[in-house]
Amino acid sequence: MPAIAEAGPLPAVTPPAPPASFGTLALRWYRLNRAGLRATAIGVISLLAFLLVWHLLTTYRVVFFVRFTNVPSPLAVYASFTKAIHDPKFLMHILLSCRRIFIGFSLAAIIGVPLGLIMGRFKLVHEVIFPVAEVLRPIPAIAWVPMAIMLWPTNEQSIVFITFLGSFFPILVNTLHGMSLVDPVLVRAAQCLGARERSIFREVYFPASLPHIFTGLTVGMGVAWVSLIAAEMISGQYGIGYFTWEAYSLVQYADIALGMIAIGVLGLGSSLLIRGAGQLVMPWRST
Amino acid sequence: MSEVIANTSKGHIEVRNFSLAYETIEGPVQAVTDTQIHVKPGEFVSIVGPSGCGKSTLLNAVAGFLKPTTGIVTVDGERVNGPSAERGMVFQQYSLFPWKTVRENVEFGLKMRGMPRSQRERAARTLLGLAGLEAFEKHYPEKLSGGMKQRVGIVRALATGPKVLLLDEPFGALDAQTRVIMQQILTNMWQRLKISVLFVTHDIDEAIFLSDRVYCMTARPGSIKAEIPIPLERPRQQSMMMSSEFLALRRGLMSLIREESLKAMGGEINDMGMQGLSIELHGHSLADVI
Repeated sequence: MPAIAEAGPLPAVTPPAPPASFGTLALRWYRLNRAGLRATAIGVISLLAFLLVWHLLTTYRVVFFVRFTNVPSPLAVYASFTKAIHDPKFLMHILLSCRRIFIGFSLAAIIGVPLGLIMGRFKLVHEVIFPVAEVLRPIPAIAWVPMAIMLWPTNEQSIVFITFLGSFFPILVNTLHGMSLVDPVLVRAAQCLGARERSIFREVYFPASLPHIFTGLTVGMGVAWVSLIAAEMISGQYGIGYFTWEAYSLVQYADIALGMIAIGVLGLGSSLLIRGAGQLVMPWRST
Repeated sequence: MSEVIANTSKGHIEVRNFSLAYETIEGPVQAVTDTQIHVKPGEFVSIVGPSGCGKSTLLNAVAGFLKPTTGIVTVDGERVNGPSAERGMVFQQYSLFPWKTVRENVEFGLKMRGMPRSQRERAARTLLGLAGLEAFEKHYPEKLSGGMKQRVGIVRALATGPKVLLLDEPFGALDAQTRVIMQQILTNMWQRLKISVLFVTHDIDEAIFLSDRVYCMTARPGSIKAEIPIPLERPRQQSMMMSSEFLALRRGLMSLIREESLKAMGGEINDMGMQGLSIELHGHSLADVI
């Protein structure tokens, strides 16, 4: 599609090509997607190599500065995985973690994005809120754990609060950044077309900031998981972070790796979800 | 506040006793002083001048983005107090909304006016058809060439039926061939719509080729140095640019601008530079020219 646009408004002189056979279509598809296929192939090989190295290090119990004596092998982890997926308790851990992320992150987005937009547009709001945000922002979410336990009546609420805090500041700061980069010429163009304050906000400032808002959401989601796992390890009773820590206490070494991998997969999945949402909301940026 | 002037016909721009100064730490800096210009309804007027002379400042004041320090800007007797859809503007940087398709960009002004969706879609399609862009209505601006972007920019500015069209070096970023085509397109649209146009450019050929009248500005602080009527007949053809009439106008404007450009540079030129310049000036020293 884009190729047509770049060619300009010249009349199409070439007659439509006859329908291609399946073979030529497949060949063309391969030529166009060669780079992507290559990256995928190398990615798969690299992951397999990682598994192989892990397997070798653990089966031969290598001790070379780090000790692999007690580290579970990939096969042991796989065995505990097949057991765990039939265990409702493991699934509950995962479900609870996801729920905490969902609530904490959603609250952060619902509060952080509009606040950032308003701070970016109205100087007074920025001047009042920004100093407080700057003082609180460098405090890692984990450092909030004792305070959160005091603040909230239940453990569950304090964990969600920590998750919220972790994602809130990246979302707020990136939204603000996006607002500060809005091209003033676009605002002028809108004014010349009769747009008033509210329309300019909705039609110019908001869409212009969306790419940075989504950067904030992606970063915020990552920090949300970091904060959640730390909070669950310290104060939780359930959740995938608690599961991983409990496995260590119970000397179930394979479950440690299983917990870690589960956290990794969940983190990856949630950031993919955000990226997908971003492409859906910003069709002009996908090529 | 609005001062009513006798002339109330459509698209009459009047700038009187205009000056504009910026506040800096060293005190106010005059960008434009003591300027009077006017554009009659349906007239095509250009402003040329050395870079930094304040021609864009003047245009932005007519658009309503800048407030004059002294003087008054009126359109059809109504004082300009801020940007409005009555004065369409085309920017050098295209300034299309990247998150809107070509058609949505053109629709924007109509949407702001509260026109229902189906009606404004139809209007935008018609306008895009006139500009030969109907095939690209669903494209995002990023995918268009510079010339196409600026065509969309002009169509978007005209969609709300403004009284005047203001253009700030609209073709400055285009290559020479595209620029010629765009000039033709703009002329066609202007003649069809009978709209008043105020056009800022640093390209003398462009100003002469397009305009009924050209204002030449002095170096900063800018004011009107000369007002040159362009008596070339219309419709204008590319071949006219070789006519003796055109070339005479060109020479006249060129020397006016050269003088002012040297003045503008004078402040920055050191002794070495002066020597270099005096050679180019065929024996006249810079001081003589000024």
